[in-house]
Amino acid sequence: MPDQTGLELVAQRVREAVGDEAVVGTHHAYDRGSLEVAPARVHDVLTHLRDADEEPYGVLASLHGCDYLPSEPRLGVHYELLSMQSRERLNVKTRVTVEDPHVPTVTDLFPTADFHEREVYDFFGVVFDGHPDMRRILMPEDYEGHPQRRDFPMGGEPVLFTFNEHKLPRWYD
Amino acid sequence: MTEHDPRTVPYREREESITVDTLGGTDEPLSGTELAPETELLTINLGPHHPATHGVLRLLCTLEGEVVRDIHPIIGYVHTGIEKSCEDQEYWKAITFVERMDYLAYYFNAMAYCMSVERLLGEDVPPRAQYLRVIHLELNRIASHLFWLGTAALDIGAVTMLWWSLRERDLILDLFEMSSGQRLHPRFFQVGGVFEDIPPGWEAKCRSFLAQMPSRIDQYEALLDRNEIWLQRMKGTGIVSRERMLELGVTGPLLRATGEPWDLRKATPYSSYDHFDFKVPVGTVGDNYDRYRVRLAEMRESLKIVEQALDGLPEGPYITTNRKVALPPRHELATSMEALIHHFKLVTEGFRVPPGEVYTPIESPRGELGCFVMADGSSKPARVHMRDPSFTNLQSLADMGRGSLLADFIACIAMLDPILGGIDR
Repeated sequence: MPDQTGLELVAQRVREAVGDEAVVGTHHAYDRGSLEVAPARVHDVLTHLRDADEEPYGVLASLHGCDYLPSEPRLGVHYELLSMQSRERLNVKTRVTVEDPHVPTVTDLFPTADFHEREVYDFFGVVFDGHPDMRRILMPEDYEGHPQRRDFPMGGEPVLFTFNEHKLPRWYD
Repeated sequence: MTEHDPRTVPYREREESITVDTLGGTDEPLSGTELAPETELLTINLGPHHPATHGVLRLLCTLEGEVVRDIHPIIGYVHTGIEKSCEDQEYWKAITFVERMDYLAYYFNAMAYCMSVERLLGEDVPPRAQYLRVIHLELNRIASHLFWLGTAALDIGAVTMLWWSLRERDLILDLFEMSSGQRLHPRFFQVGGVFEDIPPGWEAKCRSFLAQMPSRIDQYEALLDRNEIWLQRMKGTGIVSRERMLELGVTGPLLRATGEPWDLRKATPYSSYDHFDFKVPVGTVGDNYDRYRVRLAEMRESLKIVEQALDGLPEGPYITTNRKVALPPRHELATSMEALIHHFKLVTEGFRVPPGEVYTPIESPRGELGCFVMADGSSKPARVHMRDPSFTNLQSLADMGRGSLLADFIACIAMLDPILGGIDR
């Protein structure tokens, strides 16, 4: 994990190479450096970090989403980058609104992102523009809603027992 | 291949069986018949209910004769929403849930999750607990590899191997039962340490297992290493280069089989792995045989780690003494008001975790198992996500199987070692 200073240096290099508006902020806590970037510039920032940076992060270890309800913008997408040479990890994250959940895909940079982006789309509804196969992955294809959003109810179906099976509405359909 | 991509067929139509159509007496040509017979492609479902898929994995395979041309994994059949359920549980209750993700590597799931929460809390784990964790993790790694070995050999047709490996796996499960009371999903790891100290006699039993296991691995090797059928299915099949594996994010034995010595226990030692002397086995060409050899060698290394950990097992507490996080010992409840209050608060409300996000990767039997925990300051996690290695590794299956014989492809699935509970979560 880069320390606070290292993280600022990375952020500075990204600002110089990609543009000032690309980096929204840096967070360093719990031994974890996190670079928050603008959603539209994710692809450019990751391209820079993978190829052009002086401390390149060549592997995308993980990609996952989260929901920051109640703060806005609500949806977050996290990219866990890994450098096998320096054995360091860097978190790149971006936040999008529920109304306009669009992030460019990184499957062309990291083919491993294919399943991960589909999973984030499935559970959070973040659309990755340019993804070759943007479909649900774990939920059924005709499922409605994005269940990992925090305002999605836990739900559950009533359990059928012999004593209540006739009371449950239209259980026989 | 794109015009024959079965995914372009709408979902509802794809679910209709082709066999039913022909039985209905329609003369409409089936897909592919307009092609010349020698290039005719056949799309079939492998799974979801097939023992060779190691769970409910469905593979949409495009075959040309007996050669696999394309593979599309379809997953989600055992999705149980564990990550969503965790958001409704207190931190210490969620351990029970995450253990059920990758059901052959339960200790690893609990370890990744507990380490994440400990990082958020800033909680130190006592050395004895660290060693006990390592012992159980490595025993679990051996148990997981044993199950993989038995089922993989079964796919190739070696039934004896299954009984042999399950016999040794039972010895490990006996040890788990002795230390935690459960053979599977033991919930032995707690935030801040482990649930209980190992009982008297556990060490002796573990040592007797360690003493007999190397000769048992010798037996497996004697059965398989020079087996003609095994070699023909394994040697030179399913080769994927190191670069491609890294692009696909594949980790664990699959990556090490290509010659990349990447093991998180060595690269970024967590817990107390830097105290132990062990080697990272690597392969050379990255075929199925290398994957088999790497896993077998890993079992031997794990035995060495367990032995060293037992030798150097430090005295001291097995769980943190911070009463805000760990339950007080049972006997204190009768005499100490403080202990009673702590017990009550922990059981009813759980502990609160300061806001933050962490991602903690560990080396599971199948590769990098990362746990992302987001805390919002309450006593329930705002998000728990497992980066399960099976989920990521599954993407390399198409690269392994494309162009190989269908029978070799079955061997590729076996060597991939997918655990569907981990993939679907």
